Amino acid sequence: MSSATFSATTAGPHLPLYTTRARSHDQNPMFDPLKKSASFLGSSTKLSFNSTTTTKLTRANSVARSPIVAVSEVKEKKSKPISNLLITKEEGLDLYEDMILGRAFEDMCAQMYYRGKMFGFVHLYNGQEAVSTGFIRLLKKEDSVVSTYRDHVHSLSKGVPARAVMSELFGKTTGCCRGQGGSMHMFSKEHNVLGGFAFIGEGIPVATGAAFSSKYRREVLGKADCDHVTCAFFGDGTANNGQFFECLNMAALWKLPIVFVVENNLWAIGMSHLRATSDPEIWKKGPAFGMPGVHVDGMDVLKVREVAKEAIDRARRGEGPTLVECETYRFRGHSLADPDELRDPAEKAHYAARDPISALKKYMFENNLASEAELKAIEKKIDEVVEDAVEFADESPHPDRSQLLENVFADPRGFGIGPDGRYRCEDPKFTQGTAHV
Amino acid sequence: MASILQRIGAATSLSSSNSFDTKKFNLSSPRSVIGRKVSNLDVRSNGANKMNGGMNCQIGGRADHFVTNAVATKPEAPAASTASKPGHELLLFEALREGLEEEMERDARVCIMGEDVGHYGGSYKVSKGLAPKYGDLRVLDTPIAENAFTGMGIGAAMMGLRPIIEGMNMGFLLLAFNQISNNCGMLHYTSGGQFKIPVVIRGPGGVGRQLGAEHSQRLESYFQSIPGIQMVACSTPYNAKGLMKAAIRSDNPVILFEHVLLYNLKETIPDEEYVLNLEEAEMVRPGEHVTILTYSRMRYHVMQAAKTLVNKGYDPEVIDIRSLKPFDLHTIGNSVKKTHRVLIVEECMRTGGIGASLTAAINENFQDYLDAPIVCLSSQDVPTPYAGTLEEWTVVQPPQIVAAVEQLCR
Repeated sequence: MSSATFSATTAGPHLPLYTTRARSHDQNPMFDPLKKSASFLGSSTKLSFNSTTTTKLTRANSVARSPIVAVSEVKEKKSKPISNLLITKEEGLDLYEDMILGRAFEDMCAQMYYRGKMFGFVHLYNGQEAVSTGFIRLLKKEDSVVSTYRDHVHSLSKGVPARAVMSELFGKTTGCCRGQGGSMHMFSKEHNVLGGFAFIGEGIPVATGAAFSSKYRREVLGKADCDHVTCAFFGDGTANNGQFFECLNMAALWKLPIVFVVENNLWAIGMSHLRATSDPEIWKKGPAFGMPGVHVDGMDVLKVREVAKEAIDRARRGEGPTLVECETYRFRGHSLADPDELRDPAEKAHYAARDPISALKKYMFENNLASEAELKAIEKKIDEVVEDAVEFADESPHPDRSQLLENVFADPRGFGIGPDGRYRCEDPKFTQGTAHV
Repeated sequence: MASILQRIGAATSLSSSNSFDTKKFNLSSPRSVIGRKVSNLDVRSNGANKMNGGMNCQIGGRADHFVTNAVATKPEAPAASTASKPGHELLLFEALREGLEEEMERDARVCIMGEDVGHYGGSYKVSKGLAPKYGDLRVLDTPIAENAFTGMGIGAAMMGLRPIIEGMNMGFLLLAFNQISNNCGMLHYTSGGQFKIPVVIRGPGGVGRQLGAEHSQRLESYFQSIPGIQMVACSTPYNAKGLMKAAIRSDNPVILFEHVLLYNLKETIPDEEYVLNLEEAEMVRPGEHVTILTYSRMRYHVMQAAKTLVNKGYDPEVIDIRSLKPFDLHTIGNSVKKTHRVLIVEECMRTGGIGASLTAAINENFQDYLDAPIVCLSSQDVPTPYAGTLEEWTVVQPPQIVAAVEQLCR
């Protein structure tokens, strides 16, 4: 169907492969990694390049002046008889709305945090919307999503109501996790969002387990049409973690229906990806484990979507996992507590110019998929949704003391038997939350 | 340990202090059969299953321990079975397997994952024969990646399966601590109750026969602080099967501690189905003078010491606490109220071990009933030495137990 078929041995689709060296596709010498000037690139020791990579670099530089051009390149390679666009108007509006929701929501989070409504560690997704929207809008409700602490937008894309997420962030009892999880632990059973994890890497095995359960349902429980897919999102820092590799192995070994999505935004708090990783091209780690590794421009929602479609379909067909490295960038600091002093303003400016929302907008206008008014209407609608979410969260009650001990155990008999012979959970102090466990 | 405890392929050398009378040992430990639990569908005696709507607490049924007329102080007496059928004799690892198999038969969502659980049948043969019967997906041989496959089990549990995760040796689960602590214990809470984690994490642990420090670990103390998990330790074929089944059926994550040296214990267990209560302790030997609380392998050291004590005129009450977290404060409390003296005998380390927690719990709840400070005998806080003599001195031996009781009852 699509030209982007993956084989386990090749490096990836026949899209212009931007190596991580060519993070910017313009001529800005700041980002020429062969130059040792920019200290933010970390270690000034030579990175392992060979001449072929350099050639690719120049080729890439000359070809891609803007993401839109590359998209057209993709479409030229495809044999779509009917239209030569990648998306329909409906799809375009859906993508746009989802990205606007992600952006507006996160901006509101920042406001609310500085106004003292939200606490702790809050990690915002601004700039990375194309990845969440590109992948998750292709998923069904029964498919699962696993994320890290930067999980607000993944949850929203999957369908968790903005009200539930905002309430959770305010720590109110109407939050999706009753206020017990917080920013880094978004869960939704209804929408199959399996978290929300504070330690990077610890969500990947959980995602692998969800994929395993899908295969189990099909092969052991006899639900032959069960083709649920799991998408695991995590960053460049996680790609150096043992659990990542252990799961790549198991997923490929058992051909689990999972897509490993690396949101490579080049920075793990203040640690540059290049300073932390021996071979920074993460997509290459896929073939080492027997699965395709793909690199895609994560600032372009349409490109992400194309790659995502193939990876998800592959998983659904039972062909196993895919590792997708999305080159993306976060416009804000690591968290709202991060002063973000290490990143070069020029780097930030470069990526700001590649804002995925502006890019999609431009695409839609140029291809007559939407009018200014329609997009404005969406923006207005989203503003209202976000305002409403804040209002709802504000008005929601804080958790009662009685909630304290309620969800420790699925079976509250786990609190044991008290001196009086009755199960401790029957003690009224448990329903009041004042008992000592 | 008794000479019948032959580890598979290894010869056992007996040290005199550890010898058991083989004959006695082959018979069912009287307590465990006589104080046996009937099916969990029966209504319990203490009214402990009175439901209070508040917590939505569904009590399956408390077992009735105190069948006092069946007290047999002479271990040689044949175990009076209250079953209509005579039961069948098997070894502890076979009892575990029976429990596993029955639960897998009953519920197709129950699956096993771990290293060498499938084709190899498990390092202690607990899952032998299950892979050929149920297939490679239900009895999954994993690569050596404890943290990842434990997490995988947790993810599968969140999606509705009921995995049993085996640590080939309990010590290996240290590699899975991230998943056990963060995801196993916490996920139900942080998700606001949306996802449950009905996993069973099990494996052989404890001090064996010169296995070296890293294969001789007691992780009870490391895991006990994790909120949201339950811990049980089995010690007889009877309670091994019953606890295995209970753990699998529980919606909570349960860590089932087995002991390397107990896998070949033989006992006759009932033919009909039974499930034990995860939260209850087991009365091994009722008595009047002193309460001895123990679990797992130390139960046998205690029972051996008990023989000596009985000959010396003492009447110890021996309770196998079984539930390491939470403690069964009812059984324990009733015993303390009766004897007023407590001795804890455990294999765990002294620092921060189960005994330490138990001491605190008893002091907090039953201080008024104690005539003497609680004595806790634990293993030495040393990495278990390889040398046999040193290893012997690391764990608590029967003469120490006898001496402690004599001291306590002065």
